[in-house]
Amino acid sequence: MAFQPRSIAQFSEAAVTVDLDKCIAHKGCTVCIDVCPMDILEIDPQTGKAFMKRDECWYCLPCQKDCPTGAIHVAIPYLLR
Amino acid sequence: MSYQLDTRESEYDIVVVGGGTAGPMAAIKAKERNPELRVLLLDKAHVKRSGAISMGMDGLNNAVVPGYATPEQYTKEITIANDGIVDQSTVYAYAKHSFTTIEQLDRWGVKFEKDANGDYAMRKVHHMGTYVLPMPEGHDVKKVLYRQLKRARVEITNRIIATRLLTAADGSVNGVMGFDSRTADFHVIRAKAVILACGAAGRLGLPASGYLMGTYENPTNAGDGYVMAYHAGAELANLECYQINPLIKDYNGPACAYVAGPMGGYTANSRGERFIECDYWSGQMMLEFYQELQGGNGPVFLKLNHLAEETIQTIETILHSNERPSRGQFHANRGTDYRHQMVEMHISEIGFCSGHSASGVHVNARAETTVPGLYAAGDMAAVPHNYMLGAFTYGWFAGHSAAERASSLDFSPVDAEQVARERARIYAPLLRDHGLPPLQVEYKLRRFVNDYLQPPKVTRKYELALDRFAEIGEDLEHLHASDAHELMRCAEASVIRDCAEMAARASLFRTESRWGLYHLRADYPERNDAEWFCHAHLKKDESGRMSHHKRPVEPYIVPIAEQEKDAYDRLRVAPKASAEKAVATV
Repeated sequence: MAFQPRSIAQFSEAAVTVDLDKCIAHKGCTVCIDVCPMDILEIDPQTGKAFMKRDECWYCLPCQKDCPTGAIHVAIPYLLR
Repeated sequence: MSYQLDTRESEYDIVVVGGGTAGPMAAIKAKERNPELRVLLLDKAHVKRSGAISMGMDGLNNAVVPGYATPEQYTKEITIANDGIVDQSTVYAYAKHSFTTIEQLDRWGVKFEKDANGDYAMRKVHHMGTYVLPMPEGHDVKKVLYRQLKRARVEITNRIIATRLLTAADGSVNGVMGFDSRTADFHVIRAKAVILACGAAGRLGLPASGYLMGTYENPTNAGDGYVMAYHAGAELANLECYQINPLIKDYNGPACAYVAGPMGGYTANSRGERFIECDYWSGQMMLEFYQELQGGNGPVFLKLNHLAEETIQTIETILHSNERPSRGQFHANRGTDYRHQMVEMHISEIGFCSGHSASGVHVNARAETTVPGLYAAGDMAAVPHNYMLGAFTYGWFAGHSAAERASSLDFSPVDAEQVARERARIYAPLLRDHGLPPLQVEYKLRRFVNDYLQPPKVTRKYELALDRFAEIGEDLEHLHASDAHELMRCAEASVIRDCAEMAARASLFRTESRWGLYHLRADYPERNDAEWFCHAHLKKDESGRMSHHKRPVEPYIVPIAEQEKDAYDRLRVAPKASAEKAVATV
């Protein structure tokens, strides 16, 4: 057998967290996903709610400010906190 | 994930790439000039919240307001701050139009600070003149722009990353190519004129925190515009005049001496003493900052803890609600209270940005690049120290110039070979089933940028950097993307690599030191006006390599007196004066 390429998934704490009780993404809201410059938020198919998918947050806050229900909290990413 | 990889073709009279600051203004003004034109505004993010001012802005840094400053005065100040290397016609064109731009923004609903008489509340931060206009309620700039875009019937497409321009047989630009960062569809957009407003090259150096996206600039601004212009044959000017900023350490946002300065805050050394006369960002100011750090008097701080409670509250309200509002949370996490502690600062990673320094795509006073049909505005266009108001103003010029061209021209045929080549280049990482992850390649590339390019610039290190960047170029052939989003990061890694090579080559070409820390060459420590009082331009030659040439500084419109020329070289507080001051405070 030849050497097989493999990849390793890295593990990061999500700087952007979502209050699942307040998030209304399952009703069609995509405000936070739309306004994120880095496009790091998505809808979790399991819960229908928004979540931070990629470790590329600029901690700029449009998602938090523009969320109509106050369901988003942006923390400063750990590496520079 | 599987994608269709469709190619979508469309046609617009004008395509504006970048919906941050200059781009929306360009699109609106193009429609105003000729409402018949079909104008498309493309954004790699979403126009509602994209670019450097996604969360608004806390002030104008270069407002030329009648009664406080004249266009001649401003042109003189920027000429001196930029060590004489400016095309004054471009700075002067900005300065003459500056107040018109402010009035336009004011009518649209952007809020500027006014005094009891309703006049603009101007403040002094620069070394010589008065140009700062605070915007304590400047958080709604993007909303105001979005409303005007809709009113002007500009078409908007979000989440498309433009990667290359199309050129016609005569060398003019006749379209844009790119792809959708969600569906991965490939887009070919024919156009009669293209305006690039893609912001700074803000992901060139790696922040000292090691966090890839902890950049001063919005990290969407990877330098796409610089690289598209370069590959289309446009000339880039004075790229060796890097952007390096004095920032809040780790947070990497502006400490905002422009906000705090007029209220009594200032940049201080570890003893809390002022060491520079003027906090306006210039290469000379950054050199003094660097020397204070290196000379054992550091760290350098923003000092506010001597101010009255109500002043501090005002500063907090402005800084924690505009531009980079998460800084309040950052300070709270570290227990930093402006009332009690000074705020630790440091020197940022390098980048290209004409908004703050002078590194950009060459443009004239009509926002025309050296390639017909291609215009540039904002941070990426080489009009020194242009800031937000300069971006709006040159966006305005670019909109008008592009509209005039597009009104009198037909579409030219698209070269199918360029499309096929770009499609293959862009999709390669998605079609590989394994390979290098784009963010890891980016990390290594940007670490090399820090290791080898951060000033002081050393010739041998710069030569080694070119070897490393060439190797990264080979690594790009092995990138793997598992989805459309990662494909965007792959395209950006290529952009950053090209910018890194441009930064190294442009710096090696200019064998002198100039612009303080921005171009401090250890092996050529002196300024050499006899040989280097000129612009240094970089372009792609016929063989596809980076070539350089000198371009004479255009004759001055506003003469500079001999004794004024080095005003920015005398920024350090005189040692005697500071010693006396120290005694006085004891």
